[in-house]
Formats: sequence, C-alpha cells, structure tokens
Amino acid sequence: MPAEIYLNVAVSGILTGLVYGLMALGLSVIFGVIRIVNFAHGEMMTIGMYIAIAIFSAFKLDPLVMMVPIAAVLFVFGYALQASLINPFINRPEHSQFILLVAVALVMVNGLLILFGPDAKNVQTTYAFDSFLIGPLIVDATKVYAGGAAVLVSAALFAFFRFSHLGQAIRACADNYVGALVVGLDVRRLYALTFGIGAACVGAAGAMLVLIIDVTPALGPAYTLLAFIIVITGGLGSMPGALLGGILIGFTEAMAGLLFSPSAKSMFAFGLLVLVLLFRPQGIMGKRAI
Amino acid sequence: MIGQMFEGVPARALACGALLLAALLAAPYVVNDYLLTVLIIILYYAYTGQAWNIMMGFAGQLSLGHALYVGLGAYTAAAFYVHFGISPWIGILAAIPIAIAGGAIIGFLAFRFRVGGVYFAILTIAFAEFARVGFDHFNWVGGSSGFFLPVANYAVSDLWNLRGKPMMFYYLILAMTVLAFVICRLLLTSRIGYFWLAIREDEEAARAIGIDTFRYKMYAVILSAGMTSLAGIFFAFFYNNLFPEQVFHISRSIELILAPIIGGVGTLFGPILGAFLLTGLSETMHAILYGFGIDIPGVKQVFYGLCLLFVVIVLPHGVWPWVARVLGIKERRS
Repeated sequence: MPAEIYLNVAVSGILTGLVYGLMALGLSVIFGVIRIVNFAHGEMMTIGMYIAIAIFSAFKLDPLVMMVPIAAVLFVFGYALQASLINPFINRPEHSQFILLVAVALVMVNGLLILFGPDAKNVQTTYAFDSFLIGPLIVDATKVYAGGAAVLVSAALFAFFRFSHLGQAIRACADNYVGALVVGLDVRRLYALTFGIGAACVGAAGAMLVLIIDVTPALGPAYTLLAFIIVITGGLGSMPGALLGGILIGFTEAMAGLLFSPSAKSMFAFGLLVLVLLFRPQGIMGKRAI
Repeated sequence: MIGQMFEGVPARALACGALLLAALLAAPYVVNDYLLTVLIIILYYAYTGQAWNIMMGFAGQLSLGHALYVGLGAYTAAAFYVHFGISPWIGILAAIPIAIAGGAIIGFLAFRFRVGGVYFAILTIAFAEFARVGFDHFNWVGGSSGFFLPVANYAVSDLWNLRGKPMMFYYLILAMTVLAFVICRLLLTSRIGYFWLAIREDEEAARAIGIDTFRYKMYAVILSAGMTSLAGIFFAFFYNNLFPEQVFHISRSIELILAPIIGGVGTLFGPILGAFLLTGLSETMHAILYGFGIDIPGVKQVFYGLCLLFVVIVLPHGVWPWVARVLGIKERRS
C-alpha cells in the first residue's frame, strides 16, 4: 500500500479522535468535580444524536448548526438528572452510584429503542461526499468540520473553567469540597451545573459524530465504554488528558481498522485500556495516584 | 457441616424454605410448558445471581463483566460437544478451568496492580468486551454468525448429553440453584466468609489484622467465575445457539446482576427473591401488554431499569431484608 493511505487514515482517525475527545471531556469534567462515574454517558450522546437526526429530517437543519441548541437541551437534561436523582447519592458507596447510573442508562437505551426503533439512522448532508485535497492527502470534509467544531467547543470549555467566576467556583468544589462549603458556595447547584456542562459536551459531540457514523440505540453502551477508555488512558479528571486520549484512541482505531479488520478495531482500544490500567493507572496526563 | 448449615436459622425461616423447595419440586407436574420455561429462566438468574454475589456481596468486588464467564463456559462445553461429541459433563472439566483462568487473570492483574473500585468494574467490562470481539473472529466456534448445537424432537431425555425436554433442564437448574445456596451458606459461616466480609467492609483494616487480602479476593473471583461458567454450560445446552453479540454483551452482564441487587446484595436469599420478582413481573407485564396488542422491543428493559431505579433509591439494601423483616425471619445481613 502506498504511504499516502496510512497518512490519510491517520489524519481521519485523529479528526474523529477530536470528537471522541470532546465526548470524553464531558465524562472527565463530571468525574473530576462530582466524583461520580457517569455510566450513562454514551447513552446521553445517542440522545443528542437522535435529536440531531429528528431536527434534520423535520427541518433540514444541519447538525453542526443545531449543535448549540442540542447542547442546551442536554444541559437542561443533565442539570435535572443531577439535581433530582444523583445529588442524593453523592455520599453513597461507589457501587450504589454506579448501579443508579446503570439503571438510568438502561432506561435511556431502551427508551430510544421504543421511540426510534432498532434500525441505523443517519443524516445526508450536501457536503457528505466532499473532500479536501491537501498535498497528497485527501480528507473528508465532514470529518474536518466535526473535528474543527470539537476543537472550538473544547477551547470554549477550557476558557470557561480558566477565566469565568462560575468555572473557578466549580473548580473550587473539585479541589476542596469542605472548603467550598465553608466559603459559602452552593455545592449542590454547582454539581448540577457541572453535570449539565458534561452533558452539553457529550450532546455537542453527538451532533458532530452523527455526521461521521450511523446511530442505533445500541450505540450507547459502546460509546460509554469508549469514553471510559479514553478518559482512563488520558487521566481521569484531566481535561487535556481527555482530548489527548481521544486523539490517541481515534488514531489507534483507524490504524487497527486499516492494518487488521475494522470489526476488530475495538479490541485494540481495550488492549490499550488494560495496558494503561496496569502500568500507569493515573493515565498519561493524570497527576493523582488512584 | 449439617449443623453449621442450620445453625442460628429461625424455625419459621426453615419452614418457609422447606415449603418453597417443595413447591419448586412439585411445580413441573402442575404448571404448563410456558410457566415451566419461565421458572427455568428464574432459576437461571437466581443461580448466576448467587455466583455473582460471592464476588460483590461477600468480597465487595464489583464485577460488571460476568457474561465473560457465562460465555467461556458455554462456548467451551458446546465446542467439545459439537466438534468431538464429548458429553457436557466431561466438558465441565475443561469449561471450569478456562473460566477460572479468565477470572484469575483479571483478578491477578487487578489486585496485584491495585486496580480497585470503579476501575476494577471497568476492567471486567473491558475483558468481557474483548472476548466478545475475539469470539466474533473465532471461526472454529462459528464466529459472528453463531454456533449451533444439534436439535431434534426428543422422546426421552438424555441427561448424559443434556439433550431433552424442559423438565430435565428444570430439575438440573433447580439442583444447581439449591447447591449454590448451600455452598454460599456454608462459606458465609466459615473462616473464608468472615475474611471476605472483613475485606468488603474495610480492606485496609482487613490487611492490618493479617488477612491476605490478595489471596482471599482471588478465591472469591475464582469461585464466582467457576460457578458462573456452569450456568454458561446450562445456557448453551438449553438454548442450543450462541452468538458472541448476545452471550458476551454488556447488557447480559447487567441482566446477571439485576436479581441480586434487587433482592439484596450480600444476602443469601436476595438473588433468589430478586430473580422471582424481576422475571415474574416482567413476564406479567409482557402478558398484559401482549393482551393489549402491544409488542415493542425495549419495553422489558425499560421496566428493568425502572425497577432497578426504584430499588436503589427506595430500598438500597434490596427487597429481601425488608421482606424478611415483615415475615419475621430476619436473615442477618452479612
């Protein structure tokens, strides 16, 4: 095979990986602040994807244009979920939080199955088959747009946590729970906001990913796992780590699909997870030892 | 050992247990084929729930990948039977060690490298998913297009080859469930059981008083994996078809843990009660919906999810401790 093929596949894997990274960023933010492992993460993404598809088929509005409203819907959803169901569980044992979210995920997947049926759905944009020629490289336009949007949203999120007062307050909750309570922060509300932000991230990622892959309700658990793998690889709780992990997984999957068989590609992601858990359990960018 | 079995059990509990066992023994002569199948499914989940409970309920290690052991047991015994005509009773001798090896690898890696809590749960999922994709490409046992056992209309039941009527499978799974219950009861009142509970409650403290936590956690994983693989053999010979997509899928793993969680994690009777409640309610609901002409995939799972939500929010210790209190046969929550 000519070398350009490897380069093409690598670039397209990295672009998909940026979207993965944004999805994982949501999980990482939720875990980093609330210390809750969102086992319904991929399911929330499929909700975002189905909203995008419903809007597209009804009004022919592009998912990338509708990304902000979709993220807003998911934000409200995440906020409500944290405020109603999860907040009472923050001091419960780990396995009981886990099971709560497994239950939520089960309802979401099968709720989508009832609403939309088991068949794969996608959007047919006008630029679906366009591509850019950059020297010897041929890059799909959809992947460039999706990857670019993921970078923009991630940058906005970094800026929010770095510079805004609200973002700083949320980071304060993450750094020192008791301290945050002492200085008078409404921790429960900030937790709900954080879960909302995490949900918005994954909703936006869903709106981008719907351009790249077909969606079925069964996609949820697979992407929850993928988000876990990315976040653990990059370092649970580290925002740059989530993006880096996303790129790494996107690249690995693309190369494995080219060199072996596309259906075996997830084995390499799992293999990577096992290696990271064993030899660097805090992840590539993680600081805290677990 | 017999004394240890019944020590400290209130008379009323013994009476209830004997009554339930008698009812289950007589059931095939009373109920129709459909209900018999439902009972088989209930006992299957009671058995697997009991096996899972050893790891989570007793030793405190949350496994979300138990479908791995079901699948390894199922595929091993089925492959021996289909390719070499070897009886599943001999196949057990290969299936259990293979499942135990799988469990031991996960346990060794996780406990040696101190992978705990949520990370451990994700590691178990990862291994089950790894196996799912692997078996998809394992053509000797059919790959992704499935693996089938020969089926015929049997006049007589052949227990040696596990070919036959539902009634044979019913008594087989009933025997397995009773045996699993007895084993768990004996374990809980023995040294190893107390060590497990100590590890579950506070691993640091357990280590501090000199319990070899690595070794006892390994025992829990190995025992749980071995017992679960037997359920896999039952699954293979009862359903006669195996698809990696279905056998190893994460939703299978979740189904396996529903009964003990709803019944009560760490209780002996919880998995059994949970299996009855869950399958009983879902079949009732299915019948009602079917009566109204509604047959939509996913309704059952939404119902499972809502049950799970209800129990985890309202009865965090499960239904059994509550039922036991009402019946006045309180099982010491261990």
